[in-house]
Amino acid sequence: MVNEQSISVANIWKIVETIPDPEIPVISIVELGVVREVKIENDIIEIIITPTYIGCPAMDMITMHIKLALMEAGFKNVKVTSVLSPAWTTDWMTEETKNKLKAYGIAPPNTKQIVCTPDLFIQDEAVACPHCNNFNTKMVSRFGSTACKALYFCNNCNEPFDYFKCH
Amino acid sequence: MQAAKENFLLYLADSTHILSHRNSEWCGHAPILEQDIALTNIALDLLGQSRNFYQYAAELIGNNATEDSLAYLRIESEYKNLLLVELPKEDWAHTVLRQFYFSVFLFYLYQQLQQNKDVQIAAIATKAIKEVAYHVRWSGEWVIRLGDGTEESNQRMQYAVEAYKNFTGEFFVLTNYEKQMQIDFELIQQQWNDKVAAVFNDATLSFTNSNFHQVGGKEGRHTEYLGYILTDMQYLQRTYPNATW
Repeated sequence: MVNEQSISVANIWKIVETIPDPEIPVISIVELGVVREVKIENDIIEIIITPTYIGCPAMDMITMHIKLALMEAGFKNVKVTSVLSPAWTTDWMTEETKNKLKAYGIAPPNTKQIVCTPDLFIQDEAVACPHCNNFNTKMVSRFGSTACKALYFCNNCNEPFDYFKCH
Repeated sequence: MQAAKENFLLYLADSTHILSHRNSEWCGHAPILEQDIALTNIALDLLGQSRNFYQYAAELIGNNATEDSLAYLRIESEYKNLLLVELPKEDWAHTVLRQFYFSVFLFYLYQQLQQNKDVQIAAIATKAIKEVAYHVRWSGEWVIRLGDGTEESNQRMQYAVEAYKNFTGEFFVLTNYEKQMQIDFELIQQQWNDKVAAVFNDATLSFTNSNFHQVGGKEGRHTEYLGYILTDMQYLQRTYPNATW
């Protein structure tokens, strides 16, 4: 089933790109920025991944999905390695990915990086409602249904929504 | 130096682990749903830090040590967490204040560790500090909200300040292994004092400076409370060795 030519870094990327994020299935783990590198050495495929947040419980599942997807394509010698550096950031997300998030009902991350300060009561710059695009929104909680999201509420259309925190 | 580094990693791993456990006790019990989610998120972040420190410590220790053997098969006197984090959870005021004290300490510690010569320690600190900044903000805002809130919330915060006044000194009473880590703890102490003073000022709380410090946790001398946590946490691995999901 597997011929020599199909074991190429580009081909592996193509397979990995089809794996959806377990929490936000509209984007792939590549679009999320979790997959950092694909290496092939002596027919052993190594996929380097990095967690979004340090305690992200989805990492084990992502590792399993990568192995399963590659196994289905006939690749058995697969190693998935998790690294912390460079630290994951939402700045890696492309405009296309952000649009997908928005279409799914999650406000995409703003680009301004203000997270790394211990100052209190600072607000992120205005977050637009993903449903009605209005900026008249308020943060309900900095912590949402997953580590990477915050809870917001739109004062215009009265809909609650998730904001993918800039990080 | 190697032994000092192992101990230092275990100190950080155990402290984040035990506080994560204490915070997780709030799961399903916080005053409102959003704060329940916030605190469990923080518990998860702490557990993530803890796992990374355990994994790296296990690598240095060798002898087939794993993150699980370090977490589940060490006894009380081998645990190196701060006493502050093992105290029972008490009320919401105690919970947010303890988180605030601890997060401010971690924030300034990680700021220095980001430049550590050990690249793995630096990587963990660089990764974790972004999340710790969220924890400082969340807990600090609660300290102000309650301290500068109603008469009762102010009083409860002040009780919490009193309850912990002998336990914050342990951050800065250094063990031998910390002294070998080339960290400027005097600077951290200054930054910690300044941050706490600024927030307490906004919160209309008075910080009681204590000359007496409860210490020992970092060297394995604990309060009676740690034993109960470990019993709960280690029960399964002790009863069914090597059990897996």
